[in-house]
Amino acid sequence: MTVPAIKIEQVHKHFGSLNALNGIDLTINQGEFFALLGPNGAGKSTLINIMAGLLKPTQGKVSVMGHDVVNDYQTARMALGVVPQELVFDPFFNVREMLRFQAGYFGRGRENDAWVDEVIESLGLTDKAYTNMRKLSGGMKRRALIAQALAHKPPVIVLDEPTAGVDVELRQMLWGFIKKLNRDGHTIILTTHYLEEAETLCERVAMMKQGEIVALDTTANLLNKLAGKNLRLKLGNAVLPATLLSMLKSGENGVFTLALTELNQVEFVLSELRKAKIHIEDMQLFEADLEDVFMSLVGGV
Amino acid sequence: MNLINQEWRGTYTLFKKEVLRFWRVAFQTVASPVLTALLYLLIFSHVLEGHVQVYKNVPYTVFLIPGLIMMSLLQNAFANSSSSLIQSKVMGNIIFILLTPLTYLQFFIAFLAAAVVRGLAVGLTIYLVAIWFVDLPIAHPVWIFAFALLGSALLGTFGIIAGIWADKFDQMAAFQNFVIMPLTFLSGVFYSIHSLPPFWQTVSKFNPFFYMIDGFRYGFFGKGDISPWISIAVVIAFLLVLAWVTLKMLKSGYKLRG
Repeated sequence: MTVPAIKIEQVHKHFGSLNALNGIDLTINQGEFFALLGPNGAGKSTLINIMAGLLKPTQGKVSVMGHDVVNDYQTARMALGVVPQELVFDPFFNVREMLRFQAGYFGRGRENDAWVDEVIESLGLTDKAYTNMRKLSGGMKRRALIAQALAHKPPVIVLDEPTAGVDVELRQMLWGFIKKLNRDGHTIILTTHYLEEAETLCERVAMMKQGEIVALDTTANLLNKLAGKNLRLKLGNAVLPATLLSMLKSGENGVFTLALTELNQVEFVLSELRKAKIHIEDMQLFEADLEDVFMSLVGGV
Repeated sequence: MNLINQEWRGTYTLFKKEVLRFWRVAFQTVASPVLTALLYLLIFSHVLEGHVQVYKNVPYTVFLIPGLIMMSLLQNAFANSSSSLIQSKVMGNIIFILLTPLTYLQFFIAFLAAAVVRGLAVGLTIYLVAIWFVDLPIAHPVWIFAFALLGSALLGTFGIIAGIWADKFDQMAAFQNFVIMPLTFLSGVFYSIHSLPPFWQTVSKFNPFFYMIDGFRYGFFGKGDISPWISIAVVIAFLLVLAWVTLKMLKSGYKLRG
């Protein structure tokens, strides 16, 4: 059996009286495209920082490609590339210098330059390779940050909200690039607030709340198991019949969204509306998305 | 690739980055301390030349130069590691080093070596400028080199401690102004401690800067306030203690890793 890319066993992290993580267990396999979701303060970044060795767990063990992040941290960090959430940069150097330094810290030398150039090119940084980090726009800094995490060609890549504050075009480009990395065999772990991204990109999702994992499954299963379908009705000025209130998810200005666990509930809804002599102006049936699952598990924020 | 090779390259890369960091702004990090030292030299020699003679047959200006060189060398070695660390911490880019497999020992060696390079670069520049104007003897070059090297290492180490400890720029400024400056000015850069009242002579002997300045000066004139062997022993002892403290801090991840 191959070693998992990430193995987290009973990890706790306490900051004084605050329990940021309460016994996390999680295994991420090699080659997976994995998402870590949760509201602010759920503990996603804390968990990532423990993987990266920036924080020490109060209790429990984490390994990257089979190497313990505390006892065997050098080998563990060789296998890991982390894109931090904040747009940090070193104002003294240009993009190419930074990437070469970053590779050098990992013991890579001239033989790694071709890879550095490839990363620069794939991320559209070629024109900016000799530009000082300080002079880059926000979007370009974000690309450079991703490039820095990749400079030593790690098999496991962690992206902490890589698309926060990034425009649509760049977001598309970044996702294309990360998908390609995943196809090339890199394990990808990301945290994001854009749920539709996790939905379209990731095979498996863990949802966190208050330092615990509240759901862990394939994206498809989570969608099936917890959500079902949504029926949106436009009813003009009419009031929803009382018999349908238990299914109501949201309703305002005469537009009601009902959550269906099974498709044949549509017939029931229609018959109740007919009984109440309510005219249907418009009707839409659509799949629930991760946001529904998320809201049902994590609750209103 | 074997681990030794990889670790060597990692250390060398961090060292190179730290040297380039100050070299890119050499006007501020090398030229300006050189100018400051030369201004001291100009003013003090103008005021005191002919009025004060510390060592027999040594003009005051000549007496002053080794002290000024050492003072600038020490201050700049300290400034290099401390300002690099506080900047990376405030900017957040220290994370790029913390994410790597670099060990605490590699971290220490790279920052220390870069601080030594900066200290020596500043010291050597002042020396080269000064000998244009003044005839400076060299009695024992080995002592000169030994004290320059150990002094910059000592202050480079001290700078790492300060850089890790300080969370804000004003804390760092306080460290500079309330610790480093008094220690340098009260170390005998401008005078021999034999000219002080007995009480202050005793106080000076608790100041590690005094031994670095006096030992360094001995290398030029072949005489000093105390034996260079005592000075070098004190400097090495201080260096070992500070290095031990620094390594303890780095190993525990104090203020760097939570």
